[in-house]
Amino acid sequence: MMSPVLFLLLIPVAATLLLGFIAHYRIGALLNVLASGATLATAIALLFTERVRTDVFIIDDFNIYLVILTAFVGFTTSIFSATYIGHELEVGKLTPVFLRFYHALYQAMMAAMNLALVSNNVGLLWVGVEVATLSTVMMVGVYRTPEAIEAAWKYFILGSVGIALAFFGTILIYLVAQPVIGEGLPAMAWDMLLRNGARFDAKLLSLAFVFLLVGYGTKIGLAPFHAWLPDAHAEGPTPISAVLSGLLLNVALYALLRFKMVLATHPDTLNVGMIMISLGLISLVFSGFMLYRRRDIKRLFAYSSIEHMGIMTFAFGMGGPLANFAGLLHMTMHSLVKPAIFFAVGHIAQVKGTQRISQIRGLSVTHPVLAVGLALGVIAIAGLPPFGMFLSEFMLVSSSFARQPLLALILVAGLLIAFGALMLRMQDVLFGEPSGPAGGVKASYIPLFVHLTLALMAGLWLPEPMVRWFRAVAAQLG
Amino acid sequence: MTSLQFDIAHLLAGGMLVLSLLLLYQDRILATLNVFALQAIVLSLAVAWQAYVQGAMHLMVTAVIALVVKGFVIPGALNRIVYRLGIHREIEQVIGAGPTMLTGLGLIALSILLVMPVKVGVTALAREDLAFALAVILLGLLMMITRRNAVTQIVGFMSLENGLILAATGAKGMPLVVEISVAFSILIAFSVFGIFVFRIRERFDTVDLGALDRFRRERSTLQ
Repeated sequence: MMSPVLFLLLIPVAATLLLGFIAHYRIGALLNVLASGATLATAIALLFTERVRTDVFIIDDFNIYLVILTAFVGFTTSIFSATYIGHELEVGKLTPVFLRFYHALYQAMMAAMNLALVSNNVGLLWVGVEVATLSTVMMVGVYRTPEAIEAAWKYFILGSVGIALAFFGTILIYLVAQPVIGEGLPAMAWDMLLRNGARFDAKLLSLAFVFLLVGYGTKIGLAPFHAWLPDAHAEGPTPISAVLSGLLLNVALYALLRFKMVLATHPDTLNVGMIMISLGLISLVFSGFMLYRRRDIKRLFAYSSIEHMGIMTFAFGMGGPLANFAGLLHMTMHSLVKPAIFFAVGHIAQVKGTQRISQIRGLSVTHPVLAVGLALGVIAIAGLPPFGMFLSEFMLVSSSFARQPLLALILVAGLLIAFGALMLRMQDVLFGEPSGPAGGVKASYIPLFVHLTLALMAGLWLPEPMVRWFRAVAAQLG
Repeated sequence: MTSLQFDIAHLLAGGMLVLSLLLLYQDRILATLNVFALQAIVLSLAVAWQAYVQGAMHLMVTAVIALVVKGFVIPGALNRIVYRLGIHREIEQVIGAGPTMLTGLGLIALSILLVMPVKVGVTALAREDLAFALAVILLGLLMMITRRNAVTQIVGFMSLENGLILAATGAKGMPLVVEISVAFSILIAFSVFGIFVFRIRERFDTVDLGALDRFRRERSTLQ
């Protein structure tokens, strides 16, 4: 059965076209929520239908879970976006014309991410990441303030260069596969690459991976290719910060992991794991230190995303069943917790009228519910129990200590540095002398607390089917 | 494949590389646009030659797109933008031509060293074309780094994409999906670029990206 996979692409594409014509904000927002909900339903339907494996599409354990996660966060963010954008419209930060753009682009991005996730063809995978990047670039610049334009320009230039290099890597992959598999579509099909990987030319395959690593690594936001990420998160609308952190970075990491699996089939290729470990640790430690110097609250959490992408890259670089399991769990938890934080931060920035940390004080007095949401989110993101991230970080640290104690020490140091920065910054925001407007807030708390509840549940008790699922994927990742 | 076919393919790819080097040190915006248009035309010839040699007529589509869109439409449109913004006489400060050219030569050497050792299975044509293409890509990257002006940065990026298309068409039998997507992405990229160019002008009264930097510095001292 092809249909669920096709619907994953058709629903958002149709919604994109439709939303481009809807001028009314409420109808647009409602349609955005409905389309995202329909995509989520389709994604869940994937669980109950036969697995697809053609030259173009592939559905396996690995991407089903990411498709569902993406559709879920896309859905909750669209609910958050409806109230958030309504407020932006009231204060005049957005005009109805741009809102039309915004909703259409939101669905275009969802379609592109789904395409990247379900495509078996490495060329289509690239197209998906590229279209997702372009649509988010437009959304980052949607406020048209000087800061937003600068951020979008930077994101666009760095993103395009990254994507261009990834495309060159994709061409090299085809060149290396073509003599073995033959010309045409099969030579770009990922499952064929995996099956024939051992017969490829090791040197060219390694060269291809270097380009793919730099290319998709830019999109993951790994240091030192991360320069676009904080600006794009800070200056765009907050729902976009949420999906950028929670979803798009994951998709880029997913692309890289697919190629890592191909390289793992050949014994003479580059030691991919070691490169990913070092890039991951550099990102972790670097962003940990950078967290101390942040004055903008959204920028702060953008650096925290770099940190967590570093942790995941480290985990997948280590490899093996336990570290991969930790990496997958961390990916899931980050996709739940980071958007939740951005949901809270978005409303906080709206009621306080600023993103400057020094001007947001004493939230626990002025806006207790938002303060609780933010506090829980920060506790979760810092890796404290009882949230799921504690579990994944604990598993990662303990498994690394058993295998590479020295690397584990750096990992722990990086985690502690970032932890200290978050606690330091959040202290005043939550419990300082109250400042700024204390007025009522028109917020949708449901997405925020649904995300946090799920992260909490995962920390207390991981359902058995999910554990089995992650184990299977971890084994597949090798 | 006869040696004449080889030679022509290499001549065209080499021509693109020479034009990339020329692009590096152009300090007038209009001259930059002209050199870029020329490079796109050479690219379309190279792609057309590949189409003929490989007997892959669908590549002709890519060649025509390169010729029409990148050879004429985009440089023409950018020309108009440049005139309308009144920056056609502007001389851009390029980091010294000497160091830039030396770096460029280094990058060419690097791409040859990277690609040439590859032997197994890949035909000589694909391999050498790949070295040329990689060099064009890296020079495009270098151009983007050394330029301060939004328009010339765009040109650097498009020159980089020229290299990508050269590489993609040199890979025998690469599925059409990809070529269409590349052509498509260029169109999207250009429309995005166009919007940005205008917005930058609108907000800062200049397309010099240094203005963005100045703006940032101001903000950071305020904090």
